[in-house]
Amino acid sequence: MTIAFYIAAAVAVIATALVIINLNVVHALLCLVISFLAVAIVFYVLGAPFAAALEVIVYAGAIMVLFVFVLIMLNTGGAAIQQERHWLTPWIWVGPIGLSAVLLGEFVYLLWRAPVAAASGVLVQPRQVGALLFGPYLLAVELASMLLLAGLIGAYHLGRTDRRAADERGRMER
Amino acid sequence: MLGLLALIPAFPLLGFAILFVTAGLLPKRWITTIGVGSVGIATLLALIVMATFLNSPVPYTEIVWTWIAVSGLTPHIGFYVDALSGLMMLVVAFVSFLIHLYSAEFMSADEGYSRYFAYMNLFVASMLMLVLADNLLFLYLGWEGVGLCSYLLIGFWYRDPANGLAARKAFIVTRVGDTAMAIGLFVLFTNLGTLDIQPLMQQAVAHWPVGSALPIAAAALLLGGALGKSAQLPLQTWLPDAMAGPTPVSALIHAATMVTAGVYLIARTHVLYDLAPPVHTAVAVIGALTLLLAGFSALNQSDLKRILAYSTISQIGYMFLALGVGAWSAAIFHFMTHAFFKALLFLSAGVVVQRLGEEHDIFKMGGLRQRLPLAFWSFLIGSISLAALPLIDAGFYSKDLILWEAWSDGALGPWLWAAGLIGALLTAIYIFRAVFVVFFGPLQLEPTGLTGWRIAIPLVVLSILALVAGFVEIPPYLGNVPAFSRLMQSALPAPPAPVSAGSSLELMLSAIAALIAILGVGIAYIAFRRRPAFLEAMVQSPASLALQYFWETDWGFDRLYDRTLVRPFLWFARIDQGDFIDRFYSGLASLSRAAYRQLSESETGRVRRYAAGVTAGSIVLIAILVFA
Amino acid sequence: MQHALLLAMVLFALGTIGVLMRRNLIVMLMSVEIMLNAAGLAFIAAGSRWGQADGQVMFILILALAAAEVAVGLALILRLYQRLGTLDADAADQMRG
Repeated sequence: MTIAFYIAAAVAVIATALVIINLNVVHALLCLVISFLAVAIVFYVLGAPFAAALEVIVYAGAIMVLFVFVLIMLNTGGAAIQQERHWLTPWIWVGPIGLSAVLLGEFVYLLWRAPVAAASGVLVQPRQVGALLFGPYLLAVELASMLLLAGLIGAYHLGRTDRRAADERGRMER
Repeated sequence: MLGLLALIPAFPLLGFAILFVTAGLLPKRWITTIGVGSVGIATLLALIVMATFLNSPVPYTEIVWTWIAVSGLTPHIGFYVDALSGLMMLVVAFVSFLIHLYSAEFMSADEGYSRYFAYMNLFVASMLMLVLADNLLFLYLGWEGVGLCSYLLIGFWYRDPANGLAARKAFIVTRVGDTAMAIGLFVLFTNLGTLDIQPLMQQAVAHWPVGSALPIAAAALLLGGALGKSAQLPLQTWLPDAMAGPTPVSALIHAATMVTAGVYLIARTHVLYDLAPPVHTAVAVIGALTLLLAGFSALNQSDLKRILAYSTISQIGYMFLALGVGAWSAAIFHFMTHAFFKALLFLSAGVVVQRLGEEHDIFKMGGLRQRLPLAFWSFLIGSISLAALPLIDAGFYSKDLILWEAWSDGALGPWLWAAGLIGALLTAIYIFRAVFVVFFGPLQLEPTGLTGWRIAIPLVVLSILALVAGFVEIPPYLGNVPAFSRLMQSALPAPPAPVSAGSSLELMLSAIAALIAILGVGIAYIAFRRRPAFLEAMVQSPASLALQYFWETDWGFDRLYDRTLVRPFLWFARIDQGDFIDRFYSGLASLSRAAYRQLSESETGRVRRYAAGVTAGSIVLIAILVFA
Repeated sequence: MQHALLLAMVLFALGTIGVLMRRNLIVMLMSVEIMLNAAGLAFIAAGSRWGQADGQVMFILILALAAAEVAVGLALILRLYQRLGTLDADAADQMRG
């Protein structure tokens, strides 16, 4: 099982690296989907099949599809790739990589300091998760649903195109 | 009847309030009625109060309310009448009333008519408060009030900046004195615990030995204040320039009343001067020096009002001389006669100046004897009284008394007497010089206009008083009527008994003084009527011209103060224009502004940079949590 | 389990690099999703170590959060695109100074 874990981990890291490097946004999106799928496998190896399923269904399935829809609406063409090449100058990496490296170093140091036990290898059933959700975490579930409602209303309102703004842009383009 | 005391300053104050609030909107007749009437009522009340007081001469205090009540300092708004303040109150009120009546006609064409009467009323109210105050703080209030009104009235015609300059000069110079006086009040209060005048005097006698440091300090500081207000050495430079104001103002403030406030102060606090003999002598010496200095300066002036201004300085020098030798009531007697004849001189000079179309130079006038008879006779009577020609006028009796008391004052006495005598000679010369140049000789300028009853009546009344007011105090060898000094004795101690008592010595000294006065008139007649050739040559010689210039510019005092005080101050103000002392604080401000500009550069508006900031911050936070 | 946490940290670091480095708004939002996912992974790993379901519950909540956030975020990106005409993050710098 650990072999699967390491292979999936390697795939996830490489795919994520590709996401952030890729010039074509659609390609980056697809790489991200691969990354999520790999992470789902990692979840399964860790003994959380329910989480793995949810990762594939919601994260890779819904959220990434949302991204794809928006990309289609924005209708950026080949010019976008040129723009990205123009923006990604070689020296732009130095700062971000430096900062992230320091952050990573701090995390690794934390990990090294505290002795961590091995995984228990217990498979956690969906039933247990459900019991928790309807039990101690009931309030959190309600709050999460309110958050989703707020997100829904916000997205609806913001997503409405202003007729005036649209007309103006149309007039300016003419 | 004595309960009317508090109302005496109240009426002019009310008049001021009304005129100030209505600010020239009232019709002219109303302004005149309020302005002159308020002072008239005050005079009437003063007469009633004084008559009641003379019936039973017991000092009376009336406290209207407590002004301040703070940890031991409780000055009241209180009025105190005794012989001294009663007499001063009466003279101030009466002369003010006459001058207000005169002003009603004199200033009738002026656009600031309402403002003028408002300020004059405030002045009279302040002066009456000063004279009637029962504690030194209230007196100081009146003191400052008259200083303020002096400034306002000197600069009355404010559109001419020169008048503003003269007003400021007056205010600043008297301020020096006022500051000294305030410090004196502090010394008195901290050491004796009260500022009420009568208890203060008793405390001073009880606690302070004669000649110790504290009474000397207090007396010297109060003297400083008196010097400023009364324009004596070294603070006399403001009075000649104060002639920039209207003539009735000069008559009232700078001749009869305000400048005598210093004399009143010293007389009031005479106990302190008895306790401080060095300061007491200083008063006499300053008085003598000032009367000589001003006398010489008056000899060469060509502006009619400036002659009278220097004359005022000189006559107040006589009063200080009297105070300094312990002849308190003689000083007050001279104040009374001086008020009458100096006001008379100023008012008649005002008539001359106004009728000649604001011409001040006496050498452009001449031969006005027939054209302006009222002014001529008034001026002549005033001059006779000022020069103290024997027997017929009030000035003779008062000046004679001062000279006699000066002679009897121990070792310094004869010197002071000699100074007074020379001063009398100079007085006669300069005032009759004015008389002969202005009223005799060929007519140069034609006077225009008419003089109404409102100007005539004050001139006539003052002329009569200038002649007869002296008869209340006739010396022993002439008739012995000591009414005035007997009145004053209830408030002021008698002068020390003369060394060589004997009416024959007194008669001889008096005769010498009288001869000197007549000699002065004669010299003036010869020099300015006959104009002999040898005198002309002597006058025109370079040494003589230099001396004349020196005297004309007030013995160089203005230049001295300009060089030593004004110029350094202006130099410092100029180099401080960049505010170099404040540079530290403005430096702080510009530093913070520079920091602001630097910091605002960091707000680029770009999300990525902000995200980088967040990341860096979280790194630091985790580092602190982990490693500390 | 150590390695799972290490994986989460690496993914998180990569997501940070993405946010700081790229100018395209959509890629920046995707990098944020990477970071959220890494956090969820850390939770799952911790839950697996104790053998409890709490880790998965946390992960579900994070999922809900990410969904809501993506919805609103994409709507905002659409509006920004309308306003600015570009997907450049640096174009929205009217708050400078």
